[in-house]
Formats: sequence, C-alpha cells, structure tokens
Amino acid sequence: MAYEWDFAIVLENLPVLLRGLGVMLQLWLSALAFGLAAGFVIALGRMAAAAPLRLLARCYVELFRNTPALIQLIWFYYAFPIVIGVQLTPFAAAVIGLSLNTSAYAAEIFRGGMQAVPRGQWEGASALGMTHAAVLRRVVLPQVLRLMLPAFTNRAIELAKTTSLASVLAVQELMYQGRLLSATYYRPMEILTTVALIYFMVIWPGSLLSAWLERRLARHG
Amino acid sequence: MADIVLETRGLCKRFGPIEVLRGIDLQVRAGERIAIIGGSGSGKSTLLRCLNFMETPSEGEVLLDGVPIGAPRRHRDGRVTTAYSPAALCRVRQRVGMVFQQFNLFPHMTVIENVMEGLRTVKRLPRAEARGKALAQLHRVGLAEKLDAYPARLSGGQQQRVAIARALAMEPEVMLFDEPTSSLDPELVGEVLRSIRTLAEDGTTMLLVTHELGFAFHVATRVIFLADGVFHETGTPDAVLRHPQRERTRAFLASHAEFTF
Repeated sequence: MAYEWDFAIVLENLPVLLRGLGVMLQLWLSALAFGLAAGFVIALGRMAAAAPLRLLARCYVELFRNTPALIQLIWFYYAFPIVIGVQLTPFAAAVIGLSLNTSAYAAEIFRGGMQAVPRGQWEGASALGMTHAAVLRRVVLPQVLRLMLPAFTNRAIELAKTTSLASVLAVQELMYQGRLLSATYYRPMEILTTVALIYFMVIWPGSLLSAWLERRLARHG
Repeated sequence: MADIVLETRGLCKRFGPIEVLRGIDLQVRAGERIAIIGGSGSGKSTLLRCLNFMETPSEGEVLLDGVPIGAPRRHRDGRVTTAYSPAALCRVRQRVGMVFQQFNLFPHMTVIENVMEGLRTVKRLPRAEARGKALAQLHRVGLAEKLDAYPARLSGGQQQRVAIARALAMEPEVMLFDEPTSSLDPELVGEVLRSIRTLAEDGTTMLLVTHELGFAFHVATRVIFLADGVFHETGTPDAVLRHPQRERTRAFLASHAEFTF
C-alpha cells in the first residue's frame, strides 16, 4: 500500500515552524558571532609568546574539537549551572555551548590563516613602526580573511545544522517544533521533510553569498 | 665632523649556539653611506636587522642620537641585559627605515596606499597630508604614474622602488637597505640602484648590504667587509675594494671578479 502524503497538516502548522526558524536563526547568528570573536582571542593565545598561554589555548581547542557537540550542550545546561551556581535558560546554555564549540574551530582557522601570511609582511609593517595590533588589523587580517572565508563558510554551515541539537535542551527552535508536530500529528515524513527544506532554504543562500564574496575579494589576488 | 646618528657598542647576536655577530662597534655619522659587504653567513644582514630590531641583539647596545635604546635589566645573578619595550622599538623604527630584499609590499593595498600606510597608521597624518607626502616620494622614485596599481601588477624593480618610497615617506634619519637588488632580474637592478643613488645625492644617511660592489664603490663613503661576525676590514671604497690589505678581503673580492668599477 502506497504511502499517502498529506501536506495539509504542514501548511496549517507553518506558523509554528516559522517561529522555530526564528529561534534557530537567533541561535545560529549569536553563536556564530560569539564563536568567531572568542575564536580570534583563542587563536592569539595559540600564537602567544608565553608558553603556558599557548598550552591553555591548545587544551581548550582540543577539548571542544574532540568531544561530541551534543554532550557539550547537555553539559552546559545541566552541569555548568552546578559549577557556577546559576541556572541558565535552555537558550542561553545552547548559545554558550554552540559558541564555545564554534570558537575552537574558528581559532584553528584564524591561526592557520595568520600563519599563512609570510613573515615578510610582519616585518615590512613593523619596520614602518606599526604596533603589533596595527599590523594585525591593517596588514595581516585583511589578507587572510579572504583565505579563511571558505573555511568559515563551512563552519557556519556546520553550525547552522548543529543548532538542531539544541532541541534536546527543549530550546524551541526549528527541529524542536518539527519533532513536536511529528509526535502530535503522526506525520513525521511530511513535517521533517518540510523542516529539512526550510534548513536548506536558509543555509544555501549563505553558501551562495560566501561564494560571491570570495569572488569579489579574489580580484586583487 | 657630523654628529653620530646611529651607533652600536659591543653588539652580539647569537642564534642558539651560533654566534653570528661577535662584538660590533659601529658609528654612523649623518650623511654617511656605508656599504656592508661579505660572504653569505658573514652576518651582514643580521647586523642591519639588529639596527632596527628586526632581530633582537643578544648583547651590546644600539644608540640613536647618543641615546641607548631599551632599558638595562639587572638579573639576580648580576648579569645585565637590555629589555626592549614594543613601544620603544616602534619609535626607533620610525626613525630608522628599512628596505628588504623581498620588498614586502602589502599586496592588498595599491601603490599609493602602501606608501601612505605608515603615515596614516603610525604618524596619524590626515589623509590629504599623507597622500601629498606619499606622492612626493613616489615622484622621487619615478613611479608617480602607478599610484592605483596593486603590487602584483608591477615588476620587481617597480615594487622595490615603491618599498623605498614607503620607507622614505616616514622621513627616517637613517635608511637600511638589506640586499635591495638581490631578488631582482638583472635588467631590473639598474632602476633600483638609480633610485638609491638619488637618495645618496640628496644626502640621505644610509647603510647598504649589497653584492653590487661596483655600486658600493661609486656610492658609499665607507665600505665594511664583514667576516665571521666581526669587521674584518673597513675604509674608503678605494681602500677596501681596490687596495685591500687583508688576504681574506682579497679572496672575497677575487670571487666577485666579474664586477667593474
């Protein structure tokens, strides 16, 4: 007996899914922003002159890259509050977990990119009397952001999909709403297919945007 | 006699167990043009790079206008070393400009932006003033028509002339040239040497590490032959290059026999 597809349920509940999409976008963008910023700081730590700082940054990166993101999220929701004595909302725990996870990957991308800049660029700039920070801001980063863009795009896309893990903390994002509707209407095929389509429609333009940026930035190779 | 602008006292530089510079005492007077020659590994580039702290000296002092750079730091065991703060080194580098073998232009900036960068970021000049000064220096090296080109579009010789303009724009008291023509195709060497010669005629104080002995002969006021990290022979170009007193200098010059004065 052939399965009878029924997308009427999906259409009726589209507003619920779109609400979930809104939460997903908030998770995605805030974790991306915090993750990149923290990743930059950690990358500086990875390249610091002080050995203990380098070791600390390295441990951080390895810890987050070599454990499942799902466990990290659960840990930040259930265990972290015990450590700091403050109960986090599921959303806050998810943002922290996703941000820190992203920051570990971002740190490696920043580090790789900055180390790809020839030493001569550092020397050429510092010979003019530029401070370390000025060399980074004016000479190194403008050159490597372009090189790092493909890696950051991959990371951003991975992160967009990883936000679905927040559903286990009952953050009411897209995946959570999808699972809830599936359980309510027993129509997981239609509902989850639609959820996947929504993810695709949100994430794909991001890849296109990055490809366009890459082409624009490559002009002065 | 003109004042001493730049001076080193007992300058040593070690890379691990290797002693590259072994007690260099150098006095550079205003308007002097010193050519430093020597075989590879003799320490000539390292010496130059210690003068603007691209390398940190292991021992000894560098003085700018008679003022020692860095602060003495006394250790518990009685040793005294010199500590260099990043801010102090930034100030030194504004006064001692450097041109590198590999140009080191910023590839993401146009020619004029390259030359303006130090003026804007370090000297914090207003855009119009920085542009004016940058233009003047680009005129001086004969590249005023390439303002908006990116370095990748220029020949090696043009890139090096932009690098010279970039260093000059900071109006340094001393210019350091670290083998400025060594990575250029032979036909491009002349244009860079002509630019450096123009500066020489304007009275720019400069130290030049070079293999272009003919150029050193005509442009330098003093030639230093460096070997094994010490000054092996120094004097006027005529004395060192035409009438070398020491065997090792003669052997070095003989190995560069293809040059003509």
